Amino acid sequence: MSTPQATSGEAYWKANLRIITIHLVIWAFVSYFCGIILRPLLAGIPVGGSDLGFWFAQQGSMFVFIAQIFIYAAQIGKLDRQFDVHED
Amino acid sequence: MELQTLTFIVVGLTFALYIGIAIWAKAGSTGEFYAAGRGVHPVANGMATAADWMSAASFISMAGLIAFMGYDASLFLMGWTGGYVLLAMLLAPYLRKFGKFTVPEFIGDRYYSQTARMVAVLCLIVASLTYVIGQMKGIGVAFSRFLELDYETGLFIGMGIVFVYAVLGGMKGITYTQIAQYCVLIMAYTIPAIFISLQLTNNPIPQMGLFGSLSDGTPLLARLDETLIDLGFPQYTAQKTTTLNMVFYTFSLMIGTAGLPHVIIRFFTVPKVRDARLSAGWALVFIGILYTTAPAVGSMAFYNLAKTVQPGPVSAVDGAMAYEARPQWFKNWETTGLLKFEDKNGDGRVQYRKGGDNELKVDRDIMVLANPEIAKLPNWVIAVVAAGGLAAALSTAAGLLLAMSTAISHDLLKGMFAKNISEKGELMAARISMAGVIAIAGWFGLHPPGFAAQVVALAFGLAASSIFPALMMGIFNKRVNNTGAVLGMLAGLLSTLIYIFWFKGWFFVPGTEMLPNKPENWFLGIQPEAFGTIGAAINFAVAILVSKVTKAPPEHIQHLVEDIRTPRGAGAATDH
Repeated sequence: MSTPQATSGEAYWKANLRIITIHLVIWAFVSYFCGIILRPLLAGIPVGGSDLGFWFAQQGSMFVFIAQIFIYAAQIGKLDRQFDVHED
Repeated sequence: MELQTLTFIVVGLTFALYIGIAIWAKAGSTGEFYAAGRGVHPVANGMATAADWMSAASFISMAGLIAFMGYDASLFLMGWTGGYVLLAMLLAPYLRKFGKFTVPEFIGDRYYSQTARMVAVLCLIVASLTYVIGQMKGIGVAFSRFLELDYETGLFIGMGIVFVYAVLGGMKGITYTQIAQYCVLIMAYTIPAIFISLQLTNNPIPQMGLFGSLSDGTPLLARLDETLIDLGFPQYTAQKTTTLNMVFYTFSLMIGTAGLPHVIIRFFTVPKVRDARLSAGWALVFIGILYTTAPAVGSMAFYNLAKTVQPGPVSAVDGAMAYEARPQWFKNWETTGLLKFEDKNGDGRVQYRKGGDNELKVDRDIMVLANPEIAKLPNWVIAVVAAGGLAAALSTAAGLLLAMSTAISHDLLKGMFAKNISEKGELMAARISMAGVIAIAGWFGLHPPGFAAQVVALAFGLAASSIFPALMMGIFNKRVNNTGAVLGMLAGLLSTLIYIFWFKGWFFVPGTEMLPNKPENWFLGIQPEAFGTIGAAINFAVAILVSKVTKAPPEHIQHLVEDIRTPRGAGAATDH
């Protein structure tokens, strides 16, 4: 009884880690890369008096962060049901 | 109506509302006192978290900080919001599943070590106490500026209000007052922003106005860059710090945000694990409304200020504003000392410049505080701004006080000294320790230590270097054991403390710094505020290496970790 449960728990955790990793890559990409490190490369793309890098740093990354949390919540919610570890 | 009277009425009404909520939301058990009975809706908790998180500094000072730092201030914007992604994916749902009341309690149980729990209590108290001093000062300052009461009187009134709802209601009272406080503070922040954006860019949405154009078709940011360069300031949209420092600073703030106990415990109040995930998203929505408005307020208010004092070209003799012709709001804020004019060249005009010949000292807080007056908004808007500043300070203070008082009554008293204390006894102890920490915070508010401005770096540094890694490894790495965790926490904590003290003086005592706090002395050019990133890396490395060479955690701990990784069964913990 406990064995299949343990394996399903492990598979669930692996799937969860995969989703989290993808999200953290996007999270770092919009903030650290688009907003800071790659800003010189994005300098040619004008956004209202400044450039795309400035927009990502002061506004864009925050919008992406918000979207990411809700998308993650939906993805992991689906995973919870798929692996039968959801609440009630 | 007279502004003074109007402000008293608006502030009085909000205070009456907070007290009304306190009476309605009285806590009847430790579960209600510590975690609001775990019955808070995720959207409501998101709102309360936003108020908990956004402090007097976020409300009053951040826009001014952005105005003077320009692009570089993006590190605050990204750092203080990006942490919520980490909370939502790495910490909050698992800690909610764990289903206990405090952050040190998780660390103590997961690392089966009272020492680990005590180190966590110490970090929590130092981080929260240093943070709460700023809120107490904010309350006093808001009262004295808007209501012309003494700083002390204002502080006592603020303490009294917090006392009523925090001692009576604990987390339950604090949660519902924070929701009300969020509504007050976000209204107070956005109304002037909408007006100023409309006036300058003809766009009622400040977030779009920031990237919009002035009436003559020039983009606002381009014009601001030109204006600042004319005055000798660095370009607004240019990067001034090094890229490495900016990355490390942003990362420190992100993991520090995720590791601050007063934010984490808010996620213990929702009914389910999936509510904790959603709630982090809602928190960031509500925080984002203010944080995306702040750069607009900062740049527009700065532009207005620069245009007021320098209406003509810099090269022209009569380009600068004549002091005699200064507007009324300029006079008002001169009396508070936030604006200071010194006619160095004796020409009777206000030369606002970067460098030695500057004649105008501008306090950054003015970008928010004077905004409604600069934009010629009606008096009721100014009154609402006063109530908003107080709401921001009170809500954050209450959250921090709760984190501290629960650490004392639950982790120290029940966890260490009086393990058999009854439920009733613990509730009483929780109320008494709440009253105690309010008194201590009030004392620090009346006698603010000289280092008050430095302490935010300390709070984030501690949370980033000690608490965040310990929590994350506790969930994501089953192999990290008691010895590894304790040594890791201490290594992260001490390296960060030493680095901060090295450049800012031991315990912030002036004159004891080992090296001047300048970029050329910093390790890899990383400023003390940004060192939490390295402290955290040291913590992770030490904990994992030490755990590798010492005994694996016992079986039941490994089961505990497996258990918190899956959501099912969190409901059972509700009645704990």
